[in-house]
Amino acid sequence: MAKMNLLQAINSALDVAMAKNEKVTVFGEDVGHFGGVFRATSGLQEKYGRSRCFNTPLVEQGIIGFANGLASQGGLPVAEIQFGDYIFPAFDQIVNETAKFRYRSGNEFDVGGLTIRTPYGGGIHGGHYHSQSPEAYFAHTPGLKIVIPRNPYEAKGLLLSAIFDPNPVLFMEPKRMYRAAVGEVPEEEYTIPLGKAEVVKEGSDITLVGWGAQIEVIEKAAELAEKDGVSCEIIDLRSILPWDADTVAESVMKTGRLVISQEAPHTMAFGSEVAATIQEKAFLYLESPIARVSGLDTPYPLAHEKEYMADHLKTYEAIKRSLNY
Amino acid sequence: MATQTTKQPDVVTSVEVIDGHALRIPMFQLLDKDGKPHEGVTLPEIDKDLALKMFSTMQFIRVLDERMIAAQRQGRISFYLSSLGEEAASIGSAAALKFDDMIMGQYREQGSLAFRGFTIKQFMNQLFSNAEDLGKGRQMPVHYGCADLNFMTISSPLGTQIPQATGYAYGQKHEDSGLCTLVYFGEGAASEGDFHAGLNMASVLKVPAIFFCRNNGYAISTPISEQLAGDGIAPRGVGYGMKTIRVDGNDILAVYAATQEARRLAVEENEPVLIEAMSYRMAGHSTSDDPTGYRTRDEEQAWRDKCPLKRFRNYLLSKGWINEDDADAQQQEVKEAVLAALKEAEKVPVPHIDEIINDVYDTPTEQLKEQLEQLKEHVRKYPDAYPKTSEGVK
Repeated sequence: MAKMNLLQAINSALDVAMAKNEKVTVFGEDVGHFGGVFRATSGLQEKYGRSRCFNTPLVEQGIIGFANGLASQGGLPVAEIQFGDYIFPAFDQIVNETAKFRYRSGNEFDVGGLTIRTPYGGGIHGGHYHSQSPEAYFAHTPGLKIVIPRNPYEAKGLLLSAIFDPNPVLFMEPKRMYRAAVGEVPEEEYTIPLGKAEVVKEGSDITLVGWGAQIEVIEKAAELAEKDGVSCEIIDLRSILPWDADTVAESVMKTGRLVISQEAPHTMAFGSEVAATIQEKAFLYLESPIARVSGLDTPYPLAHEKEYMADHLKTYEAIKRSLNY
Repeated sequence: MATQTTKQPDVVTSVEVIDGHALRIPMFQLLDKDGKPHEGVTLPEIDKDLALKMFSTMQFIRVLDERMIAAQRQGRISFYLSSLGEEAASIGSAAALKFDDMIMGQYREQGSLAFRGFTIKQFMNQLFSNAEDLGKGRQMPVHYGCADLNFMTISSPLGTQIPQATGYAYGQKHEDSGLCTLVYFGEGAASEGDFHAGLNMASVLKVPAIFFCRNNGYAISTPISEQLAGDGIAPRGVGYGMKTIRVDGNDILAVYAATQEARRLAVEENEPVLIEAMSYRMAGHSTSDDPTGYRTRDEEQAWRDKCPLKRFRNYLLSKGWINEDDADAQQQEVKEAVLAALKEAEKVPVPHIDEIINDVYDTPTEQLKEQLEQLKEHVRKYPDAYPKTSEGVK
């Protein structure tokens, strides 16, 4: 075990994967000698050479197109998109190519070796284009897996699973937590299963669901609620595609209440899917309407970032409203 | 650490404007339009067996295309894309590759696939989306693919295969395989951002890829004059610092020789190459458009005179490698074989309904299994509404 922040955990996962399998390559804008703008790929070029860790030209659609081709050839590419906000030029390659590669060929070809890493989320004064949480766009795409870790331990275990999973994975890293989250992380290889949620904290009065950086927000809100004598159960989805509806439904059948807290704009965020599914699975157990706490339906603002965000206080208020319904 | 290596420019002290058409790239040609070699040229070394294979593939594709356009008109298949007039470009280039080289197509390269050995039956199974289609009946007609033949499955979005070829070739180089990837696309698709992305990355990363542009003059109804203002596609290769060849796409010997040289550069020197093959799309874009609405018969006739099949046939006749009667007889045989395979394939049922959830992931998720069960229950309830699959869910 070693103390690592989330970036170091990512770097450690890449290091382990590259040492383990020489088909693993890491590339993207500035990821080579410089080690990435966040330093996630620091030291990898020195260790594994320029053919396995390298810079690409500044062209997101090219990075993912290239990665699709390399994965279809049998490689295990880990492509970095520098910010989730800049993933959209690659939207076509991801949605029309990555996600459909196996299905459209009748399993003649696949890009299961592909992992796309990208930082997402706000809270860093990044304004419109360094703050977005675009996971819902991709969650509407059969064929992809989408994974979002909440802390360094989760990040390393989930990323190692993603890299060696036989399906393409979009791995979204909460950039606000890159240096802020520090924890004990094994230095060796370990994995955390994809598609399985985790009950982070057990409770009996209300279920709180989130993913990625929002788990920290939910934990703070739960602390406030606990002071009021409310027992909160917290679930980290970890994967939002495919997602573990059963774990959430089971919890809601126990608590009778559900609050989903998410960073993305309210309308059509992934929480909408969670709410719709849980009301189908646990309708007769619900004591109050399922609540969603989200960002506003505006572009991500700069000066009003604090007001915009689905913070712990908004989440706490939603918990109270649910209990007092 | 890498360093800035772009050559520093010479200095001039008055405004120097480079004309947008300063770079004129000539077209490589070996046979004239009647199939006669130009004087003094060195023809590529092609033995009789290979020449006859190229020729019979051309004949087959022409028959297949004409027959399937008719089949679409009869309502037997939903859609078809013909490669009429462009057979030399695809077959000549495929013939110059090694079998293990990867081919990525756009959708008008059935000739390359046939050259690799895709059978009439395999073509038909795909065209009829039946249970024996390698693609499990999931994509529209002509979206072929075959791992055994190193021919990547086609997808409809234009140009997406171009950066993928760069990535595939990177993997081939990384493995020191001595192989390359050849990727086809049209001059219209070269307007897509993926074209720029793929070529630029290939040049920078030095991968063994051949970017083969079939410049056939039209993107559906849009003529090249409304597609681009420069001298075609070839000068763009130079802009990317990439070796570039322009070739007569209706001259199969020239296409073969150009691709052979491109392959040598790609594999031996890790130099990607752009080839622009000048040709003409003799048919409509697909069965969904009628070219008489956007071009003249005179224009079509001018290109019909440059027919690649006729040209190669004349060459082979003059070599004494074929005679008129045998060539005609072969074409008749192919016609019959195509028709027989068509009748066979249309009798094969669609894939079982269970296939609807396979291959989304390596194994179906729980959600997908649940959705399939619900669907089957529904089909059982209304079997007449789903006649293609209801038998299979009883």
